Amino acid sequence: MNKTNQQFTVLILFCFFFSLSLTAQVTFPQNGVYDERDGLYAFTNATIYKTYNEKIENATLVIKDGKVHSVGTSISIPEGAIIIDLKNEKTIYPGFIDMYSAYGVPEAEKGERAAGFFSRGQQKLSKKEGAYSWNQALKPEFRAHEHFTVDDKAAKDYRDNGFSAVMTHQEDGLSRGTSTMVTLGDDREHTILIKEEVAHMLSFKKGTSPQSYPGSLMGGISLFKQTYMDAKWYKDHGHKNEKNISLAAWNEVSSLPQIFDVRDRLEILRAAKMGKEFGVQYIFKGTGDEYKRINEIKATGSKFILPLKFPDAMDVEDPYDAMAVSLADMKHWELAPSNPSHLAKAGISFALTTHGLKKKSDFWKNIKKAIKHGLSEEAALKAITHTPAKMTGTYDMIGSLDAGKLANFVITSENIFSEKAKIHQNWVNGKIHDLKPLEEPNLDGNYDLKVGSQTFKLIVEDKMKIEINDSTKLDVKHNYSKGLITLSFSPSKEETKILRLSGTVNNDKQKWSGKGTQLDGSWTSWTVTRKGDVEKDDKDEDDKKNKKGKKGKEDKMASDEKVGEVLYPFMAHGWSERPSQNTYLIRNATVWTNEKDGILKNADVLIVDGKISAVGNNLKAKGGKTIDGTGMHLTPGIIDEHSHIAISRGVNECTQESTAEVSISDVVDSEDINIYRQLAGGVTTAHLLHGSCNPIGGQSAIIKLRWGFAPEEMKFQAAPGFIKFALGENVKRSSWDGNDRFPTTRMGVEQVYRDYFTRAKEYKANKGKTGHRIDLDMETINEILDNKRHISCHSYVQSEINMLMKVADELGFKVNTFTHILEGYKVADKMAEHGAAGSSFADWWAYKYEVIHAIPYNGAIMHRAGVLTGFNSDDAEMARRLNQEAAKAVKYGNLSEEEAFKFVTLNPAKMLHIDDKVGSIKIGKDGDVVLWSDNPLSVYAKAEMTFIDGIKFFDRKEDLNIRKDIQDERSRLIQKMIAHKKGGGKTGPAKGRMKHHYHCDDMEDEMH
Amino acid sequence: MKSIIKTFLFLLLATLSFAQETPAPPQSKAIAIMGATAHIGNGKVISNSIITFDNGKITNVGDASTVRIDQSQFGKIIDASGKHVYPGFIAPNSQMGLVEIGAVSATRDARELGSVNPNIRAIVAYNTDSQVMPVNRSNGLLLAQIVPQGGRISGQSTIVELDAWNWEDAAYKLDEGIHLRWPSIMRWSWQTRSVSKNKNYDKQIKEIEDYMAEAKAYVDNKSHSSKNLKFEAMKGLFNGSKKLYIHTDNIKTITQSVLFVKKFGIKPVIIGGRDSWMVADFLKENNVPILLSKAHDMPPTQDSDIDQPFKTAAMLQKAGVLFGFQMDDAPMQERNLPFQAGHSVGFGLDKEAAVSALTLNTAKILGIDKTLGSLEKGKDATLFISTGDALDYRTNKLEVAFIRGKEISLDNKQKGLYRKYSKKYGHEIQE
Repeated sequence: MNKTNQQFTVLILFCFFFSLSLTAQVTFPQNGVYDERDGLYAFTNATIYKTYNEKIENATLVIKDGKVHSVGTSISIPEGAIIIDLKNEKTIYPGFIDMYSAYGVPEAEKGERAAGFFSRGQQKLSKKEGAYSWNQALKPEFRAHEHFTVDDKAAKDYRDNGFSAVMTHQEDGLSRGTSTMVTLGDDREHTILIKEEVAHMLSFKKGTSPQSYPGSLMGGISLFKQTYMDAKWYKDHGHKNEKNISLAAWNEVSSLPQIFDVRDRLEILRAAKMGKEFGVQYIFKGTGDEYKRINEIKATGSKFILPLKFPDAMDVEDPYDAMAVSLADMKHWELAPSNPSHLAKAGISFALTTHGLKKKSDFWKNIKKAIKHGLSEEAALKAITHTPAKMTGTYDMIGSLDAGKLANFVITSENIFSEKAKIHQNWVNGKIHDLKPLEEPNLDGNYDLKVGSQTFKLIVEDKMKIEINDSTKLDVKHNYSKGLITLSFSPSKEETKILRLSGTVNNDKQKWSGKGTQLDGSWTSWTVTRKGDVEKDDKDEDDKKNKKGKKGKEDKMASDEKVGEVLYPFMAHGWSERPSQNTYLIRNATVWTNEKDGILKNADVLIVDGKISAVGNNLKAKGGKTIDGTGMHLTPGIIDEHSHIAISRGVNECTQESTAEVSISDVVDSEDINIYRQLAGGVTTAHLLHGSCNPIGGQSAIIKLRWGFAPEEMKFQAAPGFIKFALGENVKRSSWDGNDRFPTTRMGVEQVYRDYFTRAKEYKANKGKTGHRIDLDMETINEILDNKRHISCHSYVQSEINMLMKVADELGFKVNTFTHILEGYKVADKMAEHGAAGSSFADWWAYKYEVIHAIPYNGAIMHRAGVLTGFNSDDAEMARRLNQEAAKAVKYGNLSEEEAFKFVTLNPAKMLHIDDKVGSIKIGKDGDVVLWSDNPLSVYAKAEMTFIDGIKFFDRKEDLNIRKDIQDERSRLIQKMIAHKKGGGKTGPAKGRMKHHYHCDDMEDEMH
Repeated sequence: MKSIIKTFLFLLLATLSFAQETPAPPQSKAIAIMGATAHIGNGKVISNSIITFDNGKITNVGDASTVRIDQSQFGKIIDASGKHVYPGFIAPNSQMGLVEIGAVSATRDARELGSVNPNIRAIVAYNTDSQVMPVNRSNGLLLAQIVPQGGRISGQSTIVELDAWNWEDAAYKLDEGIHLRWPSIMRWSWQTRSVSKNKNYDKQIKEIEDYMAEAKAYVDNKSHSSKNLKFEAMKGLFNGSKKLYIHTDNIKTITQSVLFVKKFGIKPVIIGGRDSWMVADFLKENNVPILLSKAHDMPPTQDSDIDQPFKTAAMLQKAGVLFGFQMDDAPMQERNLPFQAGHSVGFGLDKEAAVSALTLNTAKILGIDKTLGSLEKGKDATLFISTGDALDYRTNKLEVAFIRGKEISLDNKQKGLYRKYSKKYGHEIQE
């Protein structure tokens, strides 16, 4: 004991006084005499993790010159090594690595934005001077290592938690340039940097860029796509035309690992899909919610960097406040710690990071929590040693304790993952950073204290006390460090003055002595003589146990108690068991065929393998389920031609007059409660449109409301492409002050179309020629000209409707659908002639000037004039009752019920060119049907069951069970949160979440 | 400025070109409606009814199988067999006549500057020539409560008949209530996309409390060195001549606000009441009525029952709470007021209770039920005949409507455009 302590002390002094580099030959002049050392140490009798999965007991680690010299059990210790005997009490791990950090790299300077958060001002081009990307958020040329400086304060924070290397980068922009690998030593940058360029860092966050584009997630995705193409073009030909530092850099960094920072699980799927298009496999910096879509995430084949940020519990004691808290948030609170184990079980490789934690020390608290929730210790250790080293291509230097690697390691009191583990020392580049003494100074025992003529009985056991008698004990303040000791106390209970003593403790701790001042201020000698060990008091032990019991109990609960299931999507009304296709025979219902059979009374419909296989009487099914439809109505599923549900982060890419390159299909949000709510209104298909911000908006997505399925599974297979155009007040921005984006009149709107379509034709003429650059905007417009993509055009007044048809006729394209089209009735003859459909609001009016002539008879007039007519919602709430909107065509204009109902079923199917699959009940079409309690046009009718592809996605009776499940699960979690709070667990205020319901004219920047 | 003038001219021209909406002259002869299904408004139905009215008042309502009338006494006999008669629907919490086009600021007169405006009177800005009223009338809305918007205390509302030459003619109950917009206890943040507590809530409540106390003190003190118009306007609240309408939705704020004004001896009406179904017992016990938000609304949270707003009315009915419907200040949707009731029937509300909510119960809540709201002898002959069930879209087709016995025009600008363009295409006009 004595020997080690001495050596230990020597070591400390040694390191404290001489902090010179241990490695030889630097490029710097030396002020003084060279002081090179061997840095030769041997750590003996340790449990050593040579690698994350190779544990050696009773082993020795020898380091020399900042490198690992040898590790093993039968190591011959080189001569001259300083030997540190760890006495089979301590454990050595390879130094931990955090591969997601901004350590030592300056923050990006905030660019000045055109105006505030809800600003309408535009910045069209980058303000960065020089031959860089047109977009300020693309900075592939940034090299973190060129800006890196050692920041010992920040480094210490990492080192205190056992980390000895981090990958760091500037966390700003869509392309953030390269990251660099550094150790957490306190030497010059020249030795701290161990790999200059490690990875290309990317994200969907614009960061400090004040540029308007992209203002939506879909804009961000298409900017990436365009950039991948531009970079290729630049490499092949473009560099002859122009010099572009950013594109050149993009190509340079393309061979590095590509690390993508995302906001949530769905962004992983989006980025992975985007990367696949360009042959790029990203490593994702996740958010900790990956378990909610683990199968899809696994299928991307991606690797991960996972944060260990777990949400706090919320204060749900007030049942009213608790109402605002979502089941999803409560469940995530419970399940977030199991995220790493979900990934591990799925065989997904991941590193763990401290990124996002308020305190780095929470990392250890949380990693232990993750282990309690099923993560193996081996996997945890791998994720902070082996995996990050491998992913960053630095495994030759760090990540294990193989000979020749950097001497980066930690010495811990015990298994690092056990509750009380402490890190004693963190060695970085062969240099010690002392955190906790290997031996705690321990003076426990009974002593006699003589001060002058007085003798006291001194007891040391955690605290130091003087025992006057059994019932009276006096506290002694003391400070003991490296052999020096000070004591101070009042010699009796009544006394207010204190005795102050100072002196030394002998190495054997048997005797302490020194001088001190008595109560009257006079100096005197004092000695302490050890008498023996403290008698253990059983009662005290019990007390201690009880005190710790509370916390222990809570931990136990965490591991024993059942946790909830993962729901798809992860929210209230999500399912835990995927609904499956079935054979359904619906008998004796009133069947609205939308075919020439019209409305059949007492008819049967058979759905097999997701398709309608028979319509008639007395049908028989082989197996499957029979539903008695007596007194009920069976119709085709409702198709909403104009919807903005199920869209993530922005419905408008507002920033240019044409954003034909962006697509809603890149941002389909499968986790939107409105999908379920609309199933309950009989909707089975929705056309998700870009907003109406610009004359040529983005591409749309057609989805089936397959609730709980992943975004790609929701898409309507083999549906043709659509794109949003818009006319009128929104695109000319009439309700804004100071619009500076062209156009600002209906006159200008026409010219945008003429300009873009003219240029698109020229583009096509040049396409394929050497050096021709692919422009996604122009590609999309050519799809329109080639009749491969159809237009849905937001429109109100007759002049603009007429204008677009004339421009279309002249330039050789067709307007497929005018949507909103509230003055369609004025030019219905012209629309019919052009072949444009009208998808109208049933009865909206009075909300803006351009609807001043809106009339609810619009649908009836257009229909009678031979225009393919429908009613849409453009509104998440209205879409819950589109059957009622259809009834308005009966009320206003007296259409037959059959024709009126086609306004929300067959007619939109035709508009969307999917009427070969949906829109009517016809043999061979998709099994997308709704069973209604009543005539679907009745205000009293309710959708009782909704089927898509022969899968029952909604059943009103089943919904009652779902409510019960939600209530039960909420109640369980509320009780658990309250127990957590009572047990002293961290608890924040009650918070709710709300999905923003997008409309055509929502245009806030979503990319910051 | 130019654009304002242009807008004004346009509106003027548009109004002139649809002159069919001329206000009706007073009832000149006794009228009898025979054979209709009469929805009395108090929950009762007479399937084969006789309804007579003269001088603007209902003179008789009865069952045609037992009641006989002398047809020679009537200037007009309407055969309404197979049709339905309803008391005129009442649209509370409306901006009709205050706002013409939501997005055009020159046509908006609903929101005055400042936070505390009890003295502001909606009626003086009420534009009887607005094209909104004729459209809403066509769906059975014959009266409305015109309410100023914004601030903490928005001002005073007036109940109007939707057929008049000017606002004085229109006013049915003048300056009848003051509208208090209770602070939100939870707030949504765009940045975090989450709902959390309004940190200023307690402060905002204190401000209301202080204001009420000062107003009360002012009212109790008979001599003032200077007249405070705002406090003068508050007088009616304390002496019971004006109603207090509290606009609030949250479960906590509903109960808190009711108890708060109770201290001042005021019994309020709640407008909104999204969470009212959860405190229905409390509302019943305290005799507090609700003017309920649209049924056509979203459930408040993703955890809520998907049909919550659809079934809220039924839940209130079951609990015995007095309630009516209103359309949350949305002029463009207001004509769909009857269908909020209809939709609620689909989700459990008794059909005739739904009619009551649009008529007698709203009249009770607004304090005009002595003369309005039901087809009862002595009340105003404010009623309409619909081809069928007026709560269902397909059959809500008004054939004739009377306001205090005046047969009002059911034409409107939209019908005019319908006719105009049907003619253009040679279509048969099918209203």
